[in-house]
Amino acid sequence: MAEKKIKSLGDLTALAGKISESKKNIKARVLICMTGCRALGAELVANEFREKLSAASLDDSVEVVEVGCIGMCAMAPLVLIEPYDVLYGKIRPKHVDEIISATIEKGEILDKFVVKEDGKPVAKISDVSFYKQQQRQVLGNCGRIDPRQIDDAIEKGGYVSAVKAITETAPDQIIEDLIKAGLRGRGGAGFPAGLKWKFARQAPGDEKYLICNADEGDPGAFMDRALLEGDPHKVIEGMLVAAYAIGASHGLMYVRAEYPIAVEHVKIAIVQAREYGLLGGDIAGSGFSFDLEVRMGAGAFVCGEETALIGSLEGKRGMPTPRPPFPATCGYKGKPTNINNVETFANVPLVLSMGPDGYSSIGTEKSKGTKIFALAGKVKNTGLVEVPMGATLRQIVYEIGGGIPDKKEFKGAQLGGPSGGCIPAEYLDYPIDYDSLQELGAIMGSGGLIVMDEDTCMVDIARYFLDFTQSESCGKCTPCRVGTAKMLKMLEAICRGEGKESDLDELERLGEDIRKASLCGLGQTAPNPVLSTLRYFRDEYLEHIREKTCRSGVCKDLLHYVILDVCVGCGACKKVCPVDVIAGEKKQVHTLDQDKCIKCGQCYQTCKFKAISR
Amino acid sequence: MKVNNKQVVLDMRPLDEILSSMPEISQGDLIPLLQQIQSRYGYLRRDVVCEMSRRTKIAVSRIYGVATFYEQFHLEPHGRHTIKCCRGTACHVKGAPEITEAITRVTGVSPGETTDDMKFTFETVACLGTCFLAPVIMIDDDYFGHLTVNKVEGIITNYE
Repeated sequence: MAEKKIKSLGDLTALAGKISESKKNIKARVLICMTGCRALGAELVANEFREKLSAASLDDSVEVVEVGCIGMCAMAPLVLIEPYDVLYGKIRPKHVDEIISATIEKGEILDKFVVKEDGKPVAKISDVSFYKQQQRQVLGNCGRIDPRQIDDAIEKGGYVSAVKAITETAPDQIIEDLIKAGLRGRGGAGFPAGLKWKFARQAPGDEKYLICNADEGDPGAFMDRALLEGDPHKVIEGMLVAAYAIGASHGLMYVRAEYPIAVEHVKIAIVQAREYGLLGGDIAGSGFSFDLEVRMGAGAFVCGEETALIGSLEGKRGMPTPRPPFPATCGYKGKPTNINNVETFANVPLVLSMGPDGYSSIGTEKSKGTKIFALAGKVKNTGLVEVPMGATLRQIVYEIGGGIPDKKEFKGAQLGGPSGGCIPAEYLDYPIDYDSLQELGAIMGSGGLIVMDEDTCMVDIARYFLDFTQSESCGKCTPCRVGTAKMLKMLEAICRGEGKESDLDELERLGEDIRKASLCGLGQTAPNPVLSTLRYFRDEYLEHIREKTCRSGVCKDLLHYVILDVCVGCGACKKVCPVDVIAGEKKQVHTLDQDKCIKCGQCYQTCKFKAISR
Repeated sequence: MKVNNKQVVLDMRPLDEILSSMPEISQGDLIPLLQQIQSRYGYLRRDVVCEMSRRTKIAVSRIYGVATFYEQFHLEPHGRHTIKCCRGTACHVKGAPEITEAITRVTGVSPGETTDDMKFTFETVACLGTCFLAPVIMIDDDYFGHLTVNKVEGIITNYE
């Protein structure tokens, strides 16, 4: 493969030109999301396209490209057709013939497959509100390139920033630029990435390590997965720059084992980058050497914490260690180590290509650039959303997300996963960045954004997160191990209607103690979901305690399903009851056996006559 | 620790292959090593782990310390099919607890358990990262999304 090696920046740009030239005959491209959409049968759609295009002898001029996440997961499986930039959703193999003959051959748009807004079809992806309000720069290539083809990335300018940096710029200059650009870590606390690099660079020692934290463990976050699956080269490019800046020759990518596609794509990307000499010895003729290996996490949320992650890489139980010493001076194998998360690395090439001033022109005073949010929960357009820092929740939930389904009321948005908090409706217009979220009692975290409506019980949500952190606590320090268990017990009691009003003060006091006394980020942030819901939704807690009711109908011990006299005897509830506890003749008022009822709520949701109360 | 006495005679060839593919094994390789052993043997068999310990000089206590810390490793054999019910936040607010109960009702086992006939192992996972399908479960490599309590039985009884 020696002849493939890129020896200079000129070689790289020449290669990009050659790749474009070789695609001259391509008239149209059918981009099919093969990551998230795979779960809904995208593979069958892609195969059908290939078969039918080949049968119509169009396979030379029309390319079927298996891409990463296109973003609007709610419409999966998604198909994007270039050059028309038409986005089709919910595509099945049976639709393929029609798409080929109308859209690909004649450029006609099939309204029935496009996104509808206010009942009107919106064909072009750039006109769809979901995309119009976004600024997709980190996700720019996601859904546009085949992540398993390095040529696709190179054609789009991939590795140019990195090669320029390692051949033309001094490491200290890169670090200064990064600090000036104001790039903050996208994984959690938002520590300035440039400073972190500076510490690792200044740490004495010849042997240094670079780690990419791709152990995306927050429930409800899937942006790192999308980046690794959809544009792994951007992450590798960012790592290459970081390695050069801090002086590391060896890198590790710690990927969650639950993300097999991400692991596969990253492994392919590394092999291809090596073939081009973009990883390995003497990269692009710069004299700098750096190589990368993939390690699979074994499933422990605490390993998102950097010292625990290092422990895990060293083959130990993933338990955090006190800092200092920080990994920058004493990390993997006791050597200076720099750890950033996936999205942070993916921002690095952008910082270099836009320049520190260009990059920092986006965002708010102290939070620069964009942030990717995984928008999910009670929202119409679930998917991946990239917006400038400082966007408001209203923009994300309503303008991009399309609002709440079934005309329900917005109750709150949960940001930052188990370390974050719930933000109520009154802050819908508050610009969100690292600092404003902290003020509101949430955190940016990795960017999971779960929308909650009137059917979500905030006490149950607090209990849910505590249950999670409590079971994921590694058990090393007492405040986290014992404290979270104690908090969870109190929350469980409140959910059962057995809480006392004094519990609320006790939860706050204990939460503050755990926050201050825990060893690592997991424990320090574990009380956040409880403290933030107590701050904004205290009345719901009080209802559970005083009136023994759950207005959202979630806490089962407080629910009693009863069929009222207005029942018309349609039998719909009887049909859906999974445990057959509803009885009654047709057109007669039905009865429900309370003793055997499992309170699953199926009957309540099914009844069209509001004849069931809870 | 529960010892499984029903084991057949140990086939060491997969272990031989794994160990010979990794030169100079040290503590740092323990997790990748256990991942490979589990993928070849289906679970971390006690006799294999002991043999591995003997050959790599990594103490058995250390191996079990690691194996019991991480969610991925299991010390008991799994059923023919693995049902993974996502309990991520999006799934939770869309009814994952009811789905979990429904799976238990249909299979007769709680999360973390395997049916007596070794047909199903039922697990819950922190998040499958497919929040747009919430509530979602995975059976082996297939996803089933937008579930309701009543769809669960039909899906599970389809498996042999």
